[in-house]
Amino acid sequence: MLDFPRWRVWMLNTIIVVGVLFAIPSVLPTHIRAQLAPYVPTPTINLGLDLAGGSHILLEADTSQLAETRLEALEDSVRTAMRRANPRIAITDVSRINGQLSFSVTEPSQVDAAREALLPITSNATGGRDWNIGVNDGNRMILTPAGAGNETALDQAMDTAKDVIDRRINALGTLEPTIIRQGENRIVVQVPGLDDPEALKALIGKTAKLEFKLVDEQADPDQTAQGKARVGSQVLPYPDNPTGLPYIAVRRLGGIAGDKLVKADPTFDQQTNEPAVTIQFDSEGGQKFARMTQQNVNKLFAIVLDGQVISAPQIREPIFGGVSQISGSFTTESANALSISLRSGALPVDLKIVEERSVGPDLGADSIRRGVLAAIIGTTAILVLMFLAYGRFGMYANIALVINVSMILGVMAFANATLTLPGIAGFVLTIGAAVDANVLINERIREELKRGRRVVQAIEFGYKEASRAIFDANSTNVIAAVLLFIFGSGPIRGFAVVLMIGIVTSVFTAVTITRMWVSRWVKRTRPQDLTI
Amino acid sequence: MKLLKLVPDDTNIDFLKWRTYAFGISLLLMIASVGLVATKGLNFGVDFIGGQMIRATFTQTTEAPVTELREKVASLGYGDPTIQRFGKENQVSIRMKLPEGADKNPEIANAMAVKITNSLKADYPGVRIDGVDSVSGKVSEELFSKGILALLAAMAGVSIYIWFRFEWQFGVGAIWSLLHDVTLTFGLFALTGWEFDLNIIAALLTIIGYSLNDTVVVYDRIRENLMKFRKMEMASLLNLSVNETLSRTVMTSVSISLPLIVLVLFGPDVIFGFSVAMAFGIVVGTYSSIYQAAPILIWLKVGSHSFVPTEEAGSKAERTEGFGAQP
Repeated sequence: MLDFPRWRVWMLNTIIVVGVLFAIPSVLPTHIRAQLAPYVPTPTINLGLDLAGGSHILLEADTSQLAETRLEALEDSVRTAMRRANPRIAITDVSRINGQLSFSVTEPSQVDAAREALLPITSNATGGRDWNIGVNDGNRMILTPAGAGNETALDQAMDTAKDVIDRRINALGTLEPTIIRQGENRIVVQVPGLDDPEALKALIGKTAKLEFKLVDEQADPDQTAQGKARVGSQVLPYPDNPTGLPYIAVRRLGGIAGDKLVKADPTFDQQTNEPAVTIQFDSEGGQKFARMTQQNVNKLFAIVLDGQVISAPQIREPIFGGVSQISGSFTTESANALSISLRSGALPVDLKIVEERSVGPDLGADSIRRGVLAAIIGTTAILVLMFLAYGRFGMYANIALVINVSMILGVMAFANATLTLPGIAGFVLTIGAAVDANVLINERIREELKRGRRVVQAIEFGYKEASRAIFDANSTNVIAAVLLFIFGSGPIRGFAVVLMIGIVTSVFTAVTITRMWVSRWVKRTRPQDLTI
Repeated sequence: MKLLKLVPDDTNIDFLKWRTYAFGISLLLMIASVGLVATKGLNFGVDFIGGQMIRATFTQTTEAPVTELREKVASLGYGDPTIQRFGKENQVSIRMKLPEGADKNPEIANAMAVKITNSLKADYPGVRIDGVDSVSGKVSEELFSKGILALLAAMAGVSIYIWFRFEWQFGVGAIWSLLHDVTLTFGLFALTGWEFDLNIIAALLTIIGYSLNDTVVVYDRIRENLMKFRKMEMASLLNLSVNETLSRTVMTSVSISLPLIVLVLFGPDVIFGFSVAMAFGIVVGTYSSIYQAAPILIWLKVGSHSFVPTEEAGSKAERTEGFGAQP
């Protein structure tokens, strides 16, 4: 046990040196680190939001709404497919209930043709089925979601949503956001150093689904005021309606979606000089827009954003270039925000903020200062206590402890781990617990000496017998730390990470490293008696 | 050099003599803790009940105007706030329940936070908003159930580990002493009304890990002595084991408590509850490994026969027969 071959000594020393080296960049002042950065790698520990200040926002997708959107899209493609079938297939009684789409084929003899036409739009790219096709009462076709259709759709929608949010936040400038998906329908957005998250929230919370719909000019204003619309129309809120009525009736069909944009920029309306947004469609969207405006000259069309009409101008002439201007009651900021949202695309799902935490930079700085102070005082107290209690062996434990502290920092920097406020507490706690191994060993050596063993034997026994308890004790700690990591969130995970790293490095330094030093000392001096 | 000894050599304290009293007192304290939690309840933070917490520092005064603040926030029409000082006299946390309908429409919650912070800034020019936490009912329910699940899993996990490494009686002893530590910590928070949030769950999990640390050391020595002194009466054997490990127990408890006490006194205010919970748990954990985890082994009839291969069990059991009969 006390035999340490040269290669092992070298290996252990190398591990120590590497571990400590990795810790250095994290403790250097920022400006020195910045000067060094071009020449040597400077891995550093990230500070969590609770220390650095910043915002943490948890968004959750409305899954029911997504299923509804899918169903709407299916209805659209079914209608198109039936219309384009040759001969055309007439359908009636289209309904979307309980996540199913059902309709009746007017001519029962066309049911087989209808099924044939449905096949391509109900299967997915890999050949699997997205929707199952069933027939009731001879001519009623029922489409139900098949297999993982909704899950896959959600998964894709969440991926898209993540990209959209990423683009929107990047448009704000120099922030360094972390955007990750969590679970099946959540996205975590973390933005360090952001003091006031209002602007951010306004930006990422907006779905930004833009639509152009024809206004139902035959609608009875009294009916509209009550929220009732004619067949084929719907009533939408219109807060800035010049007529004073905060609602307007629009035609359900014949509109186009504004999701095919290549450009969206804030601008000023040339007539009113008020903030506005210019948009430019891609070629396909541009053609549709041209067709719509061509067919409806002199009619009113509503510009609908997230289900709310922002303005309803008259189409004075067909618009061919695919460029249009959206005006409403914008401020410069809201015009800017809308153009960012439109540019980055609409969110495929509505996202709600279900959790939000923001920490000001001053509180974080205070926490760091006092956490570090506590760590320094705590460590010093332990160093003194260990030296007083165990003399030379206490010194070994102390040096091991200092190395341990550096190695925890080093490993965290290497793994790019995040230090949180509970993490600092974990750090302080680890310092206290790390010497436990040395206490166990040293107490055991004391005991063995009292029992009359010779020094070398006592040391050997001390390490051997204590190792078992050390192993068991640390294993239980690892179990607790792993569970903390699995069940914890944000800052707590940071705490668990520090604990886990600390357990591993402390066993390494407190047992392996001190044993190496002790064995070298024993070999060199051949001590006959030992004060411990 | 004369070395410091926190515990004199060769102590022979009859710890186990008081085991019945200690057990009785512990049981009473546990019942009291459960009673306190049931009647007085825990002061749950927004993590667990949802709602909003705004932390603010009044930089221009030495003392935050808590009473005035309470009236002002209440007059905004979102219900009565819970306002507490934390850390310095001029730092407060303002907790609000989420307004109705906030789960459907987060804008409402948002509007509330903006309105409160704006009114603070308008009324007190020197106020600094240090942070806003807003947790929806759904997320808080999840955090709560996940926290409880983590606690249970940790207790079960480490006990199973002990069972595998030792014997089932040791596993029972471990889970009992953990239950003891965790229950008393819950009781402390119910008694003091300190805010119970996610951090406290983390503290409890750490207590579970480190309280077991102690238990393991004592158990390890009991196992060793059981194999060494096959004829010793169980109570004396436990006493011997506890005494032999006493100087280590004290030394480690002191060395872990030192930084924790420093953390309570000088550490960041935001994690005050967390630090206190941990310091309290370490003390209770040390006590429980001596007075809960060890005596349970007597009641569960652990003897030297527990650690011999089964085929020899018959002959060993004969030799150990006498132990059980003694009190």
